[in-house]
Amino acid sequence: MEIVKRPHVENFIAWAADKPEVVVLTADLTNSSEVGKWRDTYPDRFFGMSMAEQNMMGFASGLAREGYVPYIHTFAVFIYRRPYDQLAMSIAYPNLNVKFVAFLPGITTPGGVTHQAIEDVSIMRATPNMTIVETGDATEVESVLDVAHAVDGPVYIRMLRGEVPRLFPKDEPMRLDEVRMLSDGEDVVIITAGITTEEAMRASVPLADAGIGVRHLHVSTHKPLDDPMILESIARSRYGVITLENHTIIGGLGSAVAEKMADAGSGKRLLRLGLRDTYAHGASRAYLMKEYGLDAAALVAGVEELTGIDTGITENDLAEARVEATHSLAKAEGL
Amino acid sequence: MTSPDTQNDWRVETQAVADRIRVRVLDHVLSHNGGYMSQALSSAEIFAMLYTRVLDLGPSTAPMIPQPFAGVPGADNQDFFNGGAYNGPKAAEYDRFIFSPAHYALVLYTTLIEVGRLSEDGLEQFDKDGSTVEMIGAEHSPGVETTTGSLAQALSQAGGIALARKRRGDTGKVWVMMSDGEFQEGQTWEAISEAAKFDLDNLRIVVDVNGQQCDGCMDAENYVDPLTGRIRAFGASAVEVDGHDLDALDAAMSMETGKPHFVMALTDPVRGLPIFEERAPLLHYLRFTSEDERDRYRAVYEEMVN
Repeated sequence: MEIVKRPHVENFIAWAADKPEVVVLTADLTNSSEVGKWRDTYPDRFFGMSMAEQNMMGFASGLAREGYVPYIHTFAVFIYRRPYDQLAMSIAYPNLNVKFVAFLPGITTPGGVTHQAIEDVSIMRATPNMTIVETGDATEVESVLDVAHAVDGPVYIRMLRGEVPRLFPKDEPMRLDEVRMLSDGEDVVIITAGITTEEAMRASVPLADAGIGVRHLHVSTHKPLDDPMILESIARSRYGVITLENHTIIGGLGSAVAEKMADAGSGKRLLRLGLRDTYAHGASRAYLMKEYGLDAAALVAGVEELTGIDTGITENDLAEARVEATHSLAKAEGL
Repeated sequence: MTSPDTQNDWRVETQAVADRIRVRVLDHVLSHNGGYMSQALSSAEIFAMLYTRVLDLGPSTAPMIPQPFAGVPGADNQDFFNGGAYNGPKAAEYDRFIFSPAHYALVLYTTLIEVGRLSEDGLEQFDKDGSTVEMIGAEHSPGVETTTGSLAQALSQAGGIALARKRRGDTGKVWVMMSDGEFQEGQTWEAISEAAKFDLDNLRIVVDVNGQQCDGCMDAENYVDPLTGRIRAFGASAVEVDGHDLDALDAAMSMETGKPHFVMALTDPVRGLPIFEERAPLLHYLRFTSEDERDRYRAVYEEMVN
């Protein structure tokens, strides 16, 4: 597996070269949001807004009203938590062209509870006019800008930084509201987004070896979430569907799938894996994914619960699978 | 060479607009048995100054009778009507008016009527179901360009507009009307600090310092004095004036300081309607408690119009 170092840095610079309307605002997290080189390349389009997120939302609103397209770069928690009223009233209500590049989704940071965006998808889903996308690999980090830019309105991007795996071919970019089918099988549907997709991919070979047919769907658009493949896949599954999200299981991907199933009158079972209505704490990503049941082992346990089949898959099988993806053992990124 | 009389003309017209704002709002409060009265009394000269003397606006591009509510902004409503159209077209040379304390909506609508940008019949739609002439306006309401009923969000938005206009080289200014209660919100101080940092000398703010808020008196003695100094300490310029003195307002509002500039208009929340003082310190909203009380206000109204 190819590991790409900081794919956003150069990609964003090249992408913005012929888009003079694109400006960047950040709240004292320039290098932490991988826009230090962007600032040096386009200093007249970069605005450091100090540690003042409420005001930053208003300035972004005003710039958008005048025809600029602000790309706010900061940590996710400082977009949807601290300045939510400003985000909702100054940007989302008037449906302005502001893009939120939200770093450190879920437990991807060792920064602990204050830095971990665990309910952002839930809150943004409940915000009218908001489009929500999430990057799961380097190809999506590189193509999400086109997706966001094409939307005439606010877009919230769960963004990955640092060392990012390339799971999808470079010539298969992210597309709005299109899921990717990464494996196919008749027994169980597994739906993942962001970093949990990689976990599910690690489990796919052992699960196939154990005779479990898995249709694995990767979601990169949380809202809208209307790709018919989701309900079609669930309808044809033997045992039902498992969602695995780097987020609380209340209001995020699992809830969205539950809503769709209920609306459609689906009689299939749904198992929602993710943070179980809890905050997390500061530790490495691999440690937290294991502790809170967001990893491949948790997924295998979920498959066993849903199917009632003992797969015989051991920690060792998954540990072997992990070796290929050494980046997950890489040193935790600094803040 | 203009004669002293000609020089006085603008004062006569501006004061007339201010007086008519008070009368029309009182009339409205009487007929509707309630309304934001003190806001009109304290800010009548501020709004009259803005719309007759200070703001450089083009003619309104909006209908004299407001259109009904046609949906919130969104992907399925791309032709959303923005109430800023009542302040004329957006153009490099024109000023922009950003209205912050949305609870003053009745004062703004009334001002638009008095300066000929809105039909007086438009006020018939005030607070009526399906109307854009809302009690607390949003950006579909006449004269309202940004949605600011969640207080203290306008200055930041105006800062973004001013920053964009400065980058473009627009000569027009961005004027914000604020209330003093909004200086209790932290966002206001973030905005002042950043506006000063970006040298937004095209950003001008007039504040109705009436010392009133929803729960009552803000204790102006202790609040106003440090307020102006605090604004200066944050890097903007600020001057205090009598908010009912047209010459003082004119001088303060035409200052060029090279910084974001605040005009702190010290005002009287019962100006022109001394009977209202009976209600002190709760002046935020006037609703009559008896027919007798309403009759006493009606008598004052009759004196004002005759």
